Amino acid sequence: MKCFRFATYAVLCLSLSGGALAAPTADRKAELMYLLAQDCGACHGMRLKGGLGPSLKPEALRQWDAEQLAQTILHGRPGTPMPPWSPFMSHQEALWLAQQLKEGISQ
Amino acid sequence: MRLKTFLILMTFLPGVLLADCLQRGTGDMGVIIERASGSVLVIDTSAHKVLSHVEGLGDLSHASVVYSRDERYAYVFGRDGGLTKIDILCGKIVKRVLQGGNSIGGAISQDGKLVAVSNYTPGGVKVFSSDDLSLVADIPATPFKDKRSKTVGLVDAPDQRFVFALYDTGETWILDMTDPARPALTKFTNTGRLPYDGLITPDGRYYINGLFGEDGLALLDLWHPEKGLKRILDHYGKGEQQLPVYKMPHLEGWAVAGNRAFLPAVGHHEVLVMNMSDWREAGRIPVHGQPVFVMARPDGRQLWVNFAFPDNDTVQIIDSETLKIIKTLKTGKGTLHMEFTPRGEEVWISVRDKDEIQVYDTRTMKLKTRLKAQKPSGIFFTDRAHKTGL
Ligand code: HEC
Repeated sequence: MKCFRFATYAVLCLSLSGGALAAPTADRKAELMYLLAQDCGACHGMRLKGGLGPSLKPEALRQWDAEQLAQTILHGRPGTPMPPWSPFMSHQEALWLAQQLKEGISQ
Repeated sequence: MRLKTFLILMTFLPGVLLADCLQRGTGDMGVIIERASGSVLVIDTSAHKVLSHVEGLGDLSHASVVYSRDERYAYVFGRDGGLTKIDILCGKIVKRVLQGGNSIGGAISQDGKLVAVSNYTPGGVKVFSSDDLSLVADIPATPFKDKRSKTVGLVDAPDQRFVFALYDTGETWILDMTDPARPALTKFTNTGRLPYDGLITPDGRYYINGLFGEDGLALLDLWHPEKGLKRILDHYGKGEQQLPVYKMPHLEGWAVAGNRAFLPAVGHHEVLVMNMSDWREAGRIPVHGQPVFVMARPDGRQLWVNFAFPDNDTVQIIDSETLKIIKTLKTGKGTLHMEFTPRGEEVWISVRDKDEIQVYDTRTMKLKTRLKAQKPSGIFFTDRAHKTGL
């Protein structure tokens, strides 16, 4: 239903229903990386060194495993500005993003 | 031999210097941030032209700019803590310092002599000489957990003061820099939960904090700081489902028309209307998404609103009298900022994903022209130099 609300992101909904179990495609990975820099970057800094939200560099995330981070990404942190991203990505995609964060993104 | 070299230098040097710099007024100039490449464009708002391209400014996500009072120098506050002074006539960096780890914005003092920067890490405010960017004062914020509170919403205020908020500890501080050697602080510790940005009225009298952690806003009357903060618009959104906010709204500038002020709601897809004589809610305008900037045309006749992800491909224009949306523009994904020309006949809009600036005629609300820019974000015209709070 969220897919209708965010009509411009219908593509994401398709990939959500179609590929929830598969790892993201190369195109989708590129989209997620763009989202990370631009839209997560609005709060975490474009280079992910922190802003209103904390740093998302591997050193800063050591206490969490990838699955925990994926849960934070999907559901947000209620009571803080961290919003839930589940309308825009599948669990698999959030997990892939979390793994990228854990490994560190060279920029 | 030596004399000859000297003479040659004498004839060429001044010529070279002049040739590098423009000889003109700066009142119709401005800068545009290119956030991904760490560069800025210096532009001419009359000719719709890019005059120069200045590189080497570091991480410019969320960058903002203030101007020297002669409108020649732009001070750019970068995300990586960089503070850069640019000579817009010469299109060159005059000086650049890395003053903090992570900064969020700044302000220039009433007399133009001091530039203050608001930092996330280490949390606090630093004040620099606007001349050579040497450090004048360092004001650490209240400790929070193992760090210091982030500071937000820094603005300049009359009587050589700065005002800002402490995000983590919910405070508002007034910093009086009358004697630069002895900065004087007045602290208000009951601002409310998570103030995320602040703004000051154009006359410099009222400072308002936007709160993320609760409904309402906190108001400080700088003519009467002894009266403390007052909670306003206390009940907006009470009991309603809060919507997720994918980008924090900005309280930049003060959108006023007649007796009414307009603000972005947080967690509601609405623009709030406030009566300025009693600070009460005077209506709400349902809009396309989570508003980020609500900007009034300088005459107050129209309000231009942009939105957070995933609605950041749209701009809506509201008639300030009827409170009706009179136009919805599909500007393109990543519509990040808007700036009016000094008297408002045009508005310049940055569209990140199209790598362009769109210039609209505000009367017809039609696109006039476009300029190329790489991943543009903030647009800042020199007339800000003479406006309190900008
Ligand atoms: C509107 C601002 C905002 C946006 C946009 C945002 N975040 Fe956050 N994020 C926050 C804040 C604030 C926190 C800290 C929450 C807290 O206090 O626990 C946070 C926390 C996190 C954490 C937990 C970090 C930790 O050490 O606890 C992760 C992971 C994270 N965000 C990832 C993301 C990703 C990925 C995106 C983009 C898909 C994103 N965020 C977009 C504001 C934001």
